[in-house]
Amino acid sequence: MSRFRVAVHIAPRRGLLDPQGKAVTDALRTLGFASVQDVHVGRHLVVEMDAADPAAAERTTRDMCNKLLANPVIEDFEIASVSTL
Amino acid sequence: MTPLPRPGDPTITPALIAEHGLTIEEYQRVEQMLGRAPTFTELGVVSALWSEHCSYKHSRPLLRRLPTKAPYVLQGPGENAGVIAIGDGLAVAFKIESHNHPSAVEPYQGAATGVGGILRDVFTMGARPIALLNSLRFGSLDSPRVRYLFAGVVKGIGDYGNCVGVPTVGGEVAFDEAYEGNPLVNAMCVGVLHEKDLIRAVAQGVGNPIIAVGARTGRDGIHGASFASADLSEENEAKRPQVQVGDPFTEKLLLEASLELIHSGAIVAIQDMGAAGLTSSSAEMAARGDVGITIDVTKVPLRERGMTPYEILLSESQERMLVVARKGREREVAAILEKWDLTASVIGEVIAEPVYRVTEGDRVVAEFPGTKLITDCPTYTPDAREDPTITALRARDVGSIPERREEADPLWTLEQVITSPTIASKMWVYRQYDHTVRTNTVIGPGGDAAVVRIRDTRRALALKTDGNGRYCYLDARIGARIAVAEAARNVACTGARPLAITNNLNFGNPRRPEVYFQLREATAGMAEACEQLGTPVTGGNVSLYNESPASAVYPTPVIGMVGLIDDLDSITRSHFSTEGDTIVLLGTPTAELGGSEYLARVHHLVAGAPPNCDLKGERDLIEAVLASIEAGVVRSAHDSSDGGLAVALAECCIIDRGRPLGARIDLSSFAALPMRALLFGEAQARIIISTPDPTALREVATRHGVTSTTIGTVASADDPLEIRVGDRTLTASLPWLDRLYFETIPDIMTKSAAAVVTAATESPV
Amino acid sequence: MKFGIVTFPGSNCDYDTYHAVVDALGEEATYLWHKEHDLRGSDVVILPGGFSYGDYLRAGAIARFSPIMREVAAHAERGAPVLAICNGFQIACEAGMLPGALLRNASLRFVCEAVRLRVENADTQFTNRYDRGQLVTVPIAHGDGRYTADDETLARIEGEGRVVFRYVGGPGDADEWWSPNGSMNAIAGIVNAAGNVLGMMPHPERAVDDLLGSSDGMGIFESILSRVAA
Repeated sequence: MSRFRVAVHIAPRRGLLDPQGKAVTDALRTLGFASVQDVHVGRHLVVEMDAADPAAAERTTRDMCNKLLANPVIEDFEIASVSTL
Repeated sequence: MTPLPRPGDPTITPALIAEHGLTIEEYQRVEQMLGRAPTFTELGVVSALWSEHCSYKHSRPLLRRLPTKAPYVLQGPGENAGVIAIGDGLAVAFKIESHNHPSAVEPYQGAATGVGGILRDVFTMGARPIALLNSLRFGSLDSPRVRYLFAGVVKGIGDYGNCVGVPTVGGEVAFDEAYEGNPLVNAMCVGVLHEKDLIRAVAQGVGNPIIAVGARTGRDGIHGASFASADLSEENEAKRPQVQVGDPFTEKLLLEASLELIHSGAIVAIQDMGAAGLTSSSAEMAARGDVGITIDVTKVPLRERGMTPYEILLSESQERMLVVARKGREREVAAILEKWDLTASVIGEVIAEPVYRVTEGDRVVAEFPGTKLITDCPTYTPDAREDPTITALRARDVGSIPERREEADPLWTLEQVITSPTIASKMWVYRQYDHTVRTNTVIGPGGDAAVVRIRDTRRALALKTDGNGRYCYLDARIGARIAVAEAARNVACTGARPLAITNNLNFGNPRRPEVYFQLREATAGMAEACEQLGTPVTGGNVSLYNESPASAVYPTPVIGMVGLIDDLDSITRSHFSTEGDTIVLLGTPTAELGGSEYLARVHHLVAGAPPNCDLKGERDLIEAVLASIEAGVVRSAHDSSDGGLAVALAECCIIDRGRPLGARIDLSSFAALPMRALLFGEAQARIIISTPDPTALREVATRHGVTSTTIGTVASADDPLEIRVGDRTLTASLPWLDRLYFETIPDIMTKSAAAVVTAATESPV
Repeated sequence: MKFGIVTFPGSNCDYDTYHAVVDALGEEATYLWHKEHDLRGSDVVILPGGFSYGDYLRAGAIARFSPIMREVAAHAERGAPVLAICNGFQIACEAGMLPGALLRNASLRFVCEAVRLRVENADTQFTNRYDRGQLVTVPIAHGDGRYTADDETLARIEGEGRVVFRYVGGPGDADEWWSPNGSMNAIAGIVNAAGNVLGMMPHPERAVDDLLGSSDGMGIFESILSRVAA
């Protein structure tokens, strides 16, 4: 067993109305960032856990996402990184 | 035992002493008290407890002048909250507190943790919180930074109270450049308890364990209390402590668990670890009980590694309580806390030896004799001298200021005044507050005062916060009187008898003579009003050093008033409700214009003397309104003050949004007054009443020595508000008034990028 | 009849619901602590409003795994009535007892006000005391009330008449859909396919007393009573 740090990005599902993202997009444009095309506001979770190897850590984290961390009706998730502690 | 310095402790130098906000004289006093030099840990403890925030060292001599007694006052100042009896064995605990400086740095968390703190002050008296109110001051909404602060504070207040499930039923918000950079965020909480459950934060009983309950201790807000007692200068910017972060969910658990603990009888005392955290809660409880106490910091559950005793003692991590349990009943305490998933750790005990002692394992790191830590703090009475520029401003004859050309059309003037963010509806704000949870809110935000019924009785409480920085700036004594009188009037308009107040004194640096003068005068004015109106002060908060590089804030004493309605049938609302009712004005319009919203908005001028405040007249007016309501001849009652009579009449027509009614008003009997003073002057002691029986109403008024004038009738929903003065008539359509009144603040805020991003990115809870 | 009111540590409308059932309706009510495994003979289960376990992750996400929710799901499986209000609605969606999800309000702000609802289906066991098309006034108070579902689900619940309440009557036409939170099709409340689980964002328990502004919410409690009693 080793200890891993797994980073997860959870974002609103593509195509769903994302008022948070839209509000930030509009605000950035108001502030003069005219090149901004789109912003999505989601959540970033960092899970510290023990696992046999990085693949196992990632697998378990996916399981966590499916079961609790993300709601498949409204959210997509991706494992952003797995690093050894 | 003499504590020894810990390895790594900095040497105590004059610079270090100054950094701790202590003067050399105060430091010498510490040495005298101890008979030796303090350790670094002890220096930290003293600096927190002797900070203005904890010790009231510049205000205590003034606060002594406030009346604090009445037969129904069960607990006056000096406890977590004041308590008054309301009959049937029931009591009300209430208090107001400021979180100005934290909110200036981080508006969302600053305001949220302010709400958390005041909730804890109330439920630690054994009361269940039933209502929250607030009083807020910001700079001009023209500034993006101010919009950001405003949006963040409102969201912080809302999210916290909404999650805990205590309705935010009322408040007030005003905007003025004087508060730019140093907003005022005052939160008030009101709770109900059975008199027999009243518990005081007094440590007692040798051998009783001292237990830390709730969240773990981190490095948040170390020296928040001394921070609250320093100017927001740029130099201080770097010293700003870590922001405290609120956790309303844990607060809800603490609330339920604390009430269960109190009802179980297994504990002796309980207090929030608020400003100056563990240090002040333990030292204050020990001092109140005149007992010794010992605490081992290694037993305190920590959130971070490597924290020193100094940091553990001064941390202001939120949602933590200190409990003195009864020896032998620790298990019971633990079981209750476990039910609510809270952790509890015994960190010390009450001891026979008269000392306040802190150990780190076996090593003593701080020790003070007896309760001197609390009782030896010096008090100050600095020089007081009015700023001559204010004397001159007040003396200015504002009645002679020429009208602007546009004022030929009084509708134009009305539009200017009613669209002032200070006057316009705050619906944008209170829509974000859950004001209906607990299903007792009879009148929510937007009326004269909030009304919350007491379940299983016929009684209700009327609650109101009130302050007026501009009047107090021009004349602190009169301004403070008006704040009390207006709050009492508002409460009376709902049918409640004003009972008692809590106060929050928001002022600048008291070491400046002109600021101390304001503090002294305001306290005196408040004392006069409280005496005349029979509303003692049961506690409150003093927030000094409200200054920023740009400006000093207006002196702003804020009043939190509690009134009692004996019968739900007496509850009276502000707005016209029945076509054909006669409209009667109690009180008299005057030519006064000083300090008015009209002058500020139309002439960009803050000058003149604030309106006269005749306290005897105010008392008579309150009695007259209450007697009329009891006689059943009042359909609506609304106080006329900020913005003047025209604004108050407009509010009577439109504030019940969705069910507006027009009115036909004739003010010709006052035509001798200048038109602008009649419409927009802010003469005090006036109430607009709609009644089905004007004869009976006016007779009650006369009996109480109050002038009354029939000024019009309530019209239909299709009619406008029409005000005739001699041969001139002002006609305002209801949709026009509605749009100006209700859409002003939303219009400003939806256009603000800063406010939108606040909404988009803050934690969703 | 016995109403079981589930109490999570962050529930804060449990008390209001209790009083609506006991004081206004005159029926028996009991609190069901989230750590319990037993509904204690409740005929009807109410999931009340609040913030269940703090709702820091997603409203209702953690509550669905609590011991009591296993019993609530079984109770619903048996066809017994479950009324899920506000946070309860969020939990019921997270638990899969109702389709769709409740997202942050489109305004991104918490919204507390009395709203007008139209009864879209008066044939459910929760609405039989109302008339179809009747307008009722009920308070809302939530930050995450934007009902969202995929097109297929939306078409299905609309087609099957499972949209029970809709927000109507903003400024302008009293009959027009008008959503204070950005809900799809202005949906305020839905039932499951079997019709025994109602989820709604508005708070009927806050509308049982004219002194507080409205008693229009009583219809829901009375409907449940008449149906289960029958």
